[in-house]
Amino acid sequence: MVSYILRRILSTLPVMAIVALFVFSLLYIAPGDPAVVIAGDQASPADVERIRQSLGLDRPFLVQFGSWLWHILHGDLGTSIFTSLPVSKLIAQRIEPTLSLMVLTLLLTILIAVPLGVVAAWKAGSWIDRTIMAFAVFGFSLPVFVVGYMLAYVFALKFEWLPVQGYTPLAEGFWPWLQNLILPSVALGCVYIALIARITRASMLEVLQQDYIRTARAKGLGMPSILFVHALKNAAVPIVTVIGIGIALLIGGAVVTESVFAIPGLGRLTIDAILRRDYPVIQGIVLLFSFLYVIVNLMVDVIYTLVDPRIRY
Amino acid sequence: MDRRTLLKGLAGVGSLAATGGVSMPALSQNAAARTLRFVPQANLANFDPIWGTQYVVRNAAALVWDTLYGVDATLQPQRQMVESEEVTDDGLTWTFRLRPGLKFHDGEPVRSKDVVASIARWSVRDPMGLMIKAIQQELTAVDDKTFKLVLKAPYPKLLYALGKNNTPIAFIMPERIAQTDPFKQITDYVGSGPMKFAKAEWVPGAKAVFEKFTDYVPRQEKASWLAGGKQILIDRLEWVVIPDPATAAAALQNGEVDWWESPITDLVPVLKSNRNINVDIADPLGNVGSFRMNHLYPPFNDVRARRAVLMAMSQEDYMRALVGDDTSLWKELPGFFTPGTPLYSEAGGEILKGKRDLDAAKKLLAESGYSGQPVTCLVAQDQPITKAQGDVTADLLKKLGMNVDFVATDWGTVGSRRAVKTPPGQGGWSMFHTWHAGADCINPAPYNAIRANGDKAWFGWPSSEAVEKDVVAWFDAKNLDEEKAAINNLNKAALDDVVYAPTGFFLGYTAWRKNVAGVTKGPLPFFWGVSKTA
Repeated sequence: MVSYILRRILSTLPVMAIVALFVFSLLYIAPGDPAVVIAGDQASPADVERIRQSLGLDRPFLVQFGSWLWHILHGDLGTSIFTSLPVSKLIAQRIEPTLSLMVLTLLLTILIAVPLGVVAAWKAGSWIDRTIMAFAVFGFSLPVFVVGYMLAYVFALKFEWLPVQGYTPLAEGFWPWLQNLILPSVALGCVYIALIARITRASMLEVLQQDYIRTARAKGLGMPSILFVHALKNAAVPIVTVIGIGIALLIGGAVVTESVFAIPGLGRLTIDAILRRDYPVIQGIVLLFSFLYVIVNLMVDVIYTLVDPRIRY
Repeated sequence: MDRRTLLKGLAGVGSLAATGGVSMPALSQNAAARTLRFVPQANLANFDPIWGTQYVVRNAAALVWDTLYGVDATLQPQRQMVESEEVTDDGLTWTFRLRPGLKFHDGEPVRSKDVVASIARWSVRDPMGLMIKAIQQELTAVDDKTFKLVLKAPYPKLLYALGKNNTPIAFIMPERIAQTDPFKQITDYVGSGPMKFAKAEWVPGAKAVFEKFTDYVPRQEKASWLAGGKQILIDRLEWVVIPDPATAAAALQNGEVDWWESPITDLVPVLKSNRNINVDIADPLGNVGSFRMNHLYPPFNDVRARRAVLMAMSQEDYMRALVGDDTSLWKELPGFFTPGTPLYSEAGGEILKGKRDLDAAKKLLAESGYSGQPVTCLVAQDQPITKAQGDVTADLLKKLGMNVDFVATDWGTVGSRRAVKTPPGQGGWSMFHTWHAGADCINPAPYNAIRANGDKAWFGWPSSEAVEKDVVAWFDAKNLDEEKAAINNLNKAALDDVVYAPTGFFLGYTAWRKNVAGVTKGPLPFFWGVSKTA
C-alpha cells in the first residue's frame, strides 16, 4: 500500500507537467492582453508595448514557459501582474475561506445526504422515498445562486439571523467563522446532497437485495444496524467515488457561491484573474487545483481499500 | 422568475430589515462609528495611480497622495500643496512654493525634490504631462520648499494639468518611490494625503483599509472635490469589495456596509424605499456612451457610411436600453462634451436631433458603396453598459441592411482586439462599444476619444485636420470665450467627420446609510468631510 501511495504521488508529477503546459499554452493563445488592461484607455500603442516588455510578455513562448517552469521547480509561483504580490501570498490569503467553505459543505453533504439515501432505499416506493427523491430533483434543478439568494432573503434579511456577506477567519472565533459560512455551505451543498442521496439510494437498493442482508434480518439484527453497519459499508464504494467527484465539482461551485456571498476565496481570485488576464495567478491556481484533484483521487482509492478489503493495489 | 426579478426581490425584502443585526463585527459603538465601510465600484487590484489608470485606483490614491493643485466643483484648479506660484510675463518660467507642514506618512517632510521626481514620472504617462514634457526646458528644486519649471513655450493649462481629476492624476510621492520606472508598479505606498494605506490588511479583490493620517494639515478653505481642506472625520475606512450587486444592496440594507458607491439602477427603487438609506446622483458630470467605428477599413472608412449610422441611430433607444425609463437619469447628447459644463456645445448636432430618417440613411449608405460586407461588431457581454449598447447597435445596423458579424465577448478581449489594425476579417474589427466618464469630456485635454490625429488617435484611428486644428485652438485659448469658440468648431468638425458616435449622456446613483453624513457629488467619492454616527 505504501509503495502504491508513493507511486501515485510520483505519478502526479507528469500529470502536473502536462497540466502546466496545457494551461500555459491555452493562456498564450487566448485573446486578451494584460498590458492593455494595465495601460488603460489613454495609453498609446508604444505605452502598451513598454508595459508588455516590462512584464516579459513580448518574449517567445518557449522562453516564457521555460522561465515560468524554472521558477515553479524552485517553489516560486511567480508574481501577480496586477497586484505585484507573490502568487503564493495571494493564494495563501484566499485558501482558508475556500477550504472552510468546501470542508463545511462536504460535512453537511455527507451528514445529510447519506442518511437520506439510506432511508430512501429502506423505504423504497413509500411516500418517504418519494419525498426524499423529490427533494433530490429539486436540489439538482436549482442553480446555486438561486438557492443562495433565497437563503439570504430568509435568514439574513428577513430574520436577521446570519450575515449577508463576508468571511471571518477561524482565528477570530468559531462562531463568527461559522456564522459567515452557514448560508454559503447550505447553498453550495444542495446540489451535492441531492446527488449523493440519489447515489446512496441506488447503491443501497442493490445491496439490500443481497442474501447476507436477509441473513442479518433472520439473525434478528435491528434495522439501524443492518442499514448503517452491514449494508452501507458494502454500498460505500460508489458513494465514496461520487463524494470524490463531488469535491472536485465543489471547486467550480465555490466560484459562484463566493461571488454571491462576497467570500474572499480562491473562486473569486480565479474569476478576477481571468477577467484581467493575470496569467501567473491563473496558472498558480490551476496548478493548485490540479494537485488537489490528484490528491482527492488518491484518497478515494485509499478509502476503497478500507471499505472493501477485496480491493488491493 | 428571471435573475433580475430575483435580485430585486431579495433586495426588496431588505427594506423590511432593521438596522444592525448579527452581521455587525464585534466593534464597540464608538469604534464602529469611527470606521466607515465602503463598497467601491470595482476591485482595487493594484495601487499605483501612475502605472494603472483605472478609476478605482485613482479614487483610492486620492486618499493617500496629495496634489499640488486640485480641481474644484467649478472645474477650476485651486492651490492644494502649493502655497504660492509666480509666472513670468512671457508665461515661460513658473516658480512654485510648497505650503508649510506637509509631511509624508513615514514622517519625512515633503520637499521640492519629491515634487520634481513625481512630476517627472507622471509626465511620461499622462497626455497633458507629455505635452508639458515636450516643451519643458527645466524642472528643478530650488530649495526644499521651492521648485521651478521653465518652458520653451507658454502652456496656459499648466495648473489645470497639475490639478485635474482625470487619470493619471499628478500625485506627489516621495522621491525614492517616484523614481520608479513609470512602466513598473510601485510597491511602497507612502504618500502625504489625509489617509494612510494599511498595506498589511490589503487583500486584493476583497478588502483595502485606510487609516487617518493624524499629521495631515488640511487647508483652511472649505473642501470642494480635490481642492480645499481635506478634513478626515473617521479613523478608519474599509473598502469592502462586493462583486454581486444584489449582495451589496442587501449588505447596505442590513447595515453591514455604510456606503455603496455605484448601485445598479435596477436596485435603486428598492434602496430608495428603505428609510435608513439615502440615494442621490453620484456624479453630476455623468458618463457619455459611445461606439467607435474603424476609419481604416470599409465600410466605415467612408464618412458617408459613418454619417448614415448617425442619421439612423436613436440615442433614446440606447439610453432606455442602458439606463431605463427614468428620464431624470439620461438625456440625448447631440455633441461630444459633458452637458452642464462651460464648454458644452451642440454645434453641428442636427444629425443626431429630431425624427430618425432610416430611408435617407439607407440611401447615404448605398452611396458610400456598401455592398453587404460583414460589419464586425465587438460587444463585451460582461459590462452591462457595452452589452446594452451593442444589442441596440446590432438592431440598428440590421435595419440599415448591414451584414452584422456580432462578436459577443468579454471586456478583456475587446480591450486587446480593438488595438488590432488588421482588416475586420483578419482579426480586426469594424466597431466596438464603450463609454467615457463625463469628467473626461469637459474639454479636449483629457479627452483622447475626441482626437482625430490618425495613427496616434484612439482606437478607430480617425483622421481629421479640422478636428485637430480646433483642439490646438482650445489649448492656445487665452480665455473662456476663445475656448468656447474653439469647442463649437471642434464639436461640429467631429460630428461632420464622425470621429465617434455618442449614444447619449447618463448619470449614476450612489447610496449610503442615513447615519453617514457629508457625502458630496463629484467625479470620484470624496471621503473628506464624511462622518458617521453609531
